[in-house]
This record gives sequence, structure tokens and C-alpha cells, in this order.
Amino acid sequence: MSEVINTRTDDVKESRRDFLKNIGIAGAAALVASPVSVEASVGPANPDAEITVAESLQGHFVLMSDKEKEKAIERLEKRYTAKYGKKTTVSDVPAPEGVLFGYALNISKCIGCRRCVHACVQENNQSRNNPEIQWIQVMKIPKGNFSFSADKLNKGYPESSKLGDYGVQVGGNAYTPVGGLSTEETQNYYAADEMVPDKDYFYVPVQCQQCEKPPCVKACPVKATFRDPNGVVVIDYNWCIGCRMCQLACPYGARRFNWGEPNLPPAEMNPKTHYFGNRPRMRGVMEKCTFCLQRTREGRNPACLEACPVGARKFGNLLDPESDVRKILATKKVFRFKEEMSTYPKFFYFVG
Amino acid sequence: MDFGSYAIKGGPKYYAWLGFLLFFILVGSYTAYRQLTEGLILVGATDQIPMELFFANFIFTAHVAAAAILVVAPGYFYHRKDMKELAVIGEIIAMCFVATGITFVLFHMGRPDRLWHMLPGVGYPNFPNSMLVYDTIVLNVYLYLNLAGISYILYKKYVGEFDTKAMARWFTPVIYLAIIWGPLIHICTAFVLSSNARMGEWATAVLPFGFLAMAGASGPSLVILLFLLIRKNTKLEISDSVINLMTTIIGWSLGIILLVLAAEYFTALYSNTEHAASLNYSMFGHNGLNLYAPWFWGTVGSIVGCFVAILIPKVRKSYDRWLPVVCVVVFMTILVEKPMMLVFPAFSPSPLGEYTEYHPTLIEYFNVLFTWAIGLISLTLLVKGAVGILTGEVRYHKPITST
Repeated sequence: MSEVINTRTDDVKESRRDFLKNIGIAGAAALVASPVSVEASVGPANPDAEITVAESLQGHFVLMSDKEKEKAIERLEKRYTAKYGKKTTVSDVPAPEGVLFGYALNISKCIGCRRCVHACVQENNQSRNNPEIQWIQVMKIPKGNFSFSADKLNKGYPESSKLGDYGVQVGGNAYTPVGGLSTEETQNYYAADEMVPDKDYFYVPVQCQQCEKPPCVKACPVKATFRDPNGVVVIDYNWCIGCRMCQLACPYGARRFNWGEPNLPPAEMNPKTHYFGNRPRMRGVMEKCTFCLQRTREGRNPACLEACPVGARKFGNLLDPESDVRKILATKKVFRFKEEMSTYPKFFYFVG
Repeated sequence: MDFGSYAIKGGPKYYAWLGFLLFFILVGSYTAYRQLTEGLILVGATDQIPMELFFANFIFTAHVAAAAILVVAPGYFYHRKDMKELAVIGEIIAMCFVATGITFVLFHMGRPDRLWHMLPGVGYPNFPNSMLVYDTIVLNVYLYLNLAGISYILYKKYVGEFDTKAMARWFTPVIYLAIIWGPLIHICTAFVLSSNARMGEWATAVLPFGFLAMAGASGPSLVILLFLLIRKNTKLEISDSVINLMTTIIGWSLGIILLVLAAEYFTALYSNTEHAASLNYSMFGHNGLNLYAPWFWGTVGSIVGCFVAILIPKVRKSYDRWLPVVCVVVFMTILVEKPMMLVFPAFSPSPLGEYTEYHPTLIEYFNVLFTWAIGLISLTLLVKGAVGILTGEVRYHKPITST
């Protein structure tokens, strides 16, 4: 009798155990399985457009031998050409010697037109729709319009004490907190059809400040983001693990994450790319302004500078005393954004 | 009877619990697959609030994993005989929760297929600068320490060779290391948050103390609930003094949490500078965005209420009614506090002054529940099997060889 029961229980035990085991395997597989890349672009459905195993297993670009770098670039060019249907070049031009890039922006000239934002997007192959990633954000800040009113003079801040303060006031209430380069009253997403510049506001574009002491570089667990020899903070898009510690650390909100597969229509793709610069990124990696290094390493200016209609933006080599930026630093009233963060940015703001 | 079959066997309520968890594992397998292939765009995170429910829940599981050593330490450090035998259950809780935490981190990563980049040798870990590298190391070491501890103790008891003197020579130091390692994982997790100077709410010296106090409140709550269940449904003896010790720890921890919160709020709000902008958003909302205000006041009120309740002897002695209720409330309060008070409101104002609210997606909720279900089912099965070994019902029987 007991044997019969045990056999039945054994059968049930076995099937239950198998069931649980399969659930466990399915769960583990779901967690560990390599992601299948989802083709979201409208390019030709080409097997060459898929990420190869070799590309998935490549190491950190800076640590590669020259031969490995060549192969990596070849793989990328092949993949991008197949995916976007355009002959794509991925440049590997190194950082020029003796150059430290710096940027200066004249906030009294900026009219808030945002042509820099859109030129950057055209140049740098960001995801174009759903979402459109923009590396530059323009803050619209109310001008200092301090209103002092006589009827608030005796109100006091803090308010008078009920226990009696014998008419001794410890603060005032005649202010309206507004204006000044504080992020407190800033608006960042004003309407596209708004007339600029609005006379009661001034405009401050913010992009990656290319800090000399970058908190993002310190936070990255795999050194995917690092400072190149020209002082530009770059990202190896094939090495980034998407943990977003750098985004947590950045005091300027300059870093953008590819939450999904980027939607870059082939018609809008810029085929002249650089490995660390504007080559198209993939799902799950970080990106940000690189001072257009695909242009600046070849002696040209960043796209945002060329797009600015009022000449508010200046760029150059901080080690060359004759460069625009050095002259501005020497003669204008220059400041750094959020200087208290001790990040020592190479992006300078000035009035003049 | 062996470990596996004992673990799966149980009454109808036990099967209902396992079935409930299996449901979320099944549904979650699909949502996990969706997220792995389509990416984090399926969850509610944005560039303004890049940390999702996975990250908030990871911090909570680190609380419980760190505090599980409070079941191990009294038996080993303080030679409390009533708790020595239960140490293995504490280690199981620690192991399951740290594994759940690691799973949450896997869901948080943008490219989980590239995690090998963190391995020394084949990858390029940013040691000694990146706090995430430290956290990864300490979490994994804790997982394997506890795994080693559990495997050894349970195996030795299973084959009837459990000899405390032989153990003391080399194994007890492993347990001691695990006890010290518990708070260490939590301090590392606190440092991952407090190392970011731009996060006003997080870059505070008080964060590790707040975390450890929250651990001391939420961990023992779970332990009490588990022990009360074990007392009621199995033959394992757990004396009242064990439950009372856990209750005492919860009481002290809640008190310390209140002190930590009071210190933070005083320091921020007395001078009320822009440093307090995030706290003001949490407490009062900003320009009509006040999703987090009721959660703030509810959480703080709940912690105060539970603290007062646990000071009342009638509550502490009411093993059948009030104590489990308080434990559930403490556990859920601290669980909910992580996303709604610690994580999401801390991102507003953003570095450029933006205020945002976080809206999780359905896929995100199911992936969170999937991970919890995996963790809880492992915890259930392992604790059940361990209880079988501790009560002697699960023993190795040498196969009878025919002559």
C-alpha cells in the first residue's frame, strides 16, 4: 500500500520538479539571453546590418592594437553602410598634438533661436524621432526684474514673533525672487513658434562642459567614458554597459541615454563619422556633445558654432594665445557654470 | 526524504503561495524578454529621472540582505544559544535577497550583455574610482560567502556530521566575515548614491546611517514574520526570546531612522537654501506637481506610528495579531519609501531646473514583480528545506546495498 502511494508521489514529485526546473531555466534564460537587435531603421533589411559576434566581443578601443582598431573600424563601416544604404566612413583620426579645446559662449548675444540645437542634431546622428535626442539645452531665464514694494516693507521675514519682538525686525519681505543665473526660474522647453528673443528673458545654452575634473569619468565602472588628449570627454559606444552612473554624476545634465534603439532615418544620416564622435549609436548606450571632434580634430569648427546666426559661440585651442577663446578669457568677463562643483569646465560663458 | 521533495511539499496554503509566485514568474518571463530585446524605453525612466523601480527595489533588497546578519550575529558574537541554530535561516534570507538585488541591477543595465566589461583581465574595471565596481564586488562576495555558509551547515547536518568544534577552527571565521560583510554591502550601496555631488538629497554624510537604520527595521520585520510562520507550521523550535530580540532591534532602528530624518530635515530647512529645493519638492510639491507630497507625509507618519506602536508592550507580546501587523507595515513602508521618497523626488530639480514626476510602465511593474517572485520562491523553498534539515526530518539515508 505504502509503495503504491510512494510511487505516485514520486511521479508527481518528478513532474513537479521538472516543471519548476523548466521555469527556472526559462527565467534564467530570459535574464541572461543575449538581446536580439531590433531593426528600427527603415534601411534595407540586410544581414550585414546586424551586429556581429566579433563586434560584441571587441575590447576597449584605446587598449586595442592598431590591427584590432583597423578591424573594428572596418566592421563598423560595413555595418553602417548596410544599415543606412550610404557609404559610411568611420574615421579614426587621432587627437592632434599640443591642442586643448575650449569653448566660449557670449550670453549677451544669444537670442535663444536654437539653431545650434538643430545643427548639432543634423551633424551628430542622434535618434531623430520617438525620441529626438538633443545634446544642447537652452535655458530661458527671466531677467533680473527685482520689484521692491513699499507695502511689504514691514512684513518681515521671518514673520514677527507672537511672543513679541519689541519692533526689532530681523528680515525683510520687499523682494520678489526672480532673475540671475540660477536654474530656479529657468524654463527649458519653450514653444517652437515663440518669437525670440523675448525682451524679459535671456538665454543660456548648456551642453557637455568637457570638464577637466569630470565626475562622469570617475563614476564610470568600465572606463567607457574618458578624457581624450585634447581634453574632450569621449565615450566608446561599444564599451558602455548602460549603467547610467555617469548620468547620475553629471552636474550639468549633459548626458543623454539611448533608452531604445535609436530611430535614425537613412535620409537624415550623416555618413562622415568618427569612432568617438558622431557615428550612430545603439540601444542602451550613453552619448553627449563631443565638441564635434569629427570636425575639430581636422581643424574645422563645431556645427553649433557654424549655425549660430549672431556669432555668440567661439571655439579654439586654449594652448594657443592667439585663439579666439584665449583672447576672450584675457579680455572679457568670463565665468564657469556651477563653479562650486569644482569640475573645471572648458566651456566658458561671458558677457560682452 | 531529501531536501528537494521536502521543500516542495506542503499544505494547500503553501501551494497557493507557490502558485501565486509562479504566476508572476510566468508573466514576468514575457515582460523580461520584451525589455531585454527592446531596451529600457519600455520602462518609465527618462534622462531627467534615469533611475527606475529596479534601482529603488535594489536598494531595498540590500537593506534586507544586510540586516539578515542580525539573525546570525547574536548566536555567534553573543553566544545566544536560542539563536545559534537559526543562523542558517538568516544566511538564507541574506543570500536570496542579495541575489534578488543583483537581478534588479541586471534589469537596470542598458547593456546586460556587456557586463563582462567589468571583469578584470578580459574587461577594464575602473578600480579604485568607480563606486559601482566596489558595490559589484562586495555584493557578489556576500552572495558566495552566504552560499558557502549555507551549503556547508546544511550539508553537514544532512549527513549528521555537524560538529561545532571541528567547525570552529576554519568555518566560524567565514561566518564572522559574513556578519561584518553585511553592513559593508550596505555602506557601499549608500556610497554609490552619496558619491554624486549633484544629487542634493543623496550627497549627505547621513546616508549610510539612514540606510543601516532602515535595514535594521525592515530586515527583522521580515525575519519576525518568517519565524512566526515557521513556529506555527513546522516543528522547528523558535523561542519567544528570539522574537523579542528582533522586536527590540526594530524599535531601536525605527528610533534611529527618526533621528536621521530629523537631522536631515533640520539641516536643510532651517536655512532653506537652494540645497533644500529637492526636499521642498518632496514635502510640498512644486507648481502643481505634487505627486510625492502625500507619500512623504504618509511614510514619515507611518514610521512614527510604528515606532510608537512597537514601544507598547501589548503590541510586542501580541504574536498573533499586532506584532505581525506592525511588521508588515514597517516592511511595506520602507519598501515604498525607496521609490517615492528616496529616489524619484531626489531628481527634481534637475541640474537645469526641471521638475519631473516618474510614471512607471506596466512592463516595469511586471519585471519588478518577476524579480521579487524569483527571490521569494527561492527564499521559500530554501527555508522550507532548511527547516526540514534543522528539525531532522530531512536526513541522508545510506542506500541499502544488496549482498
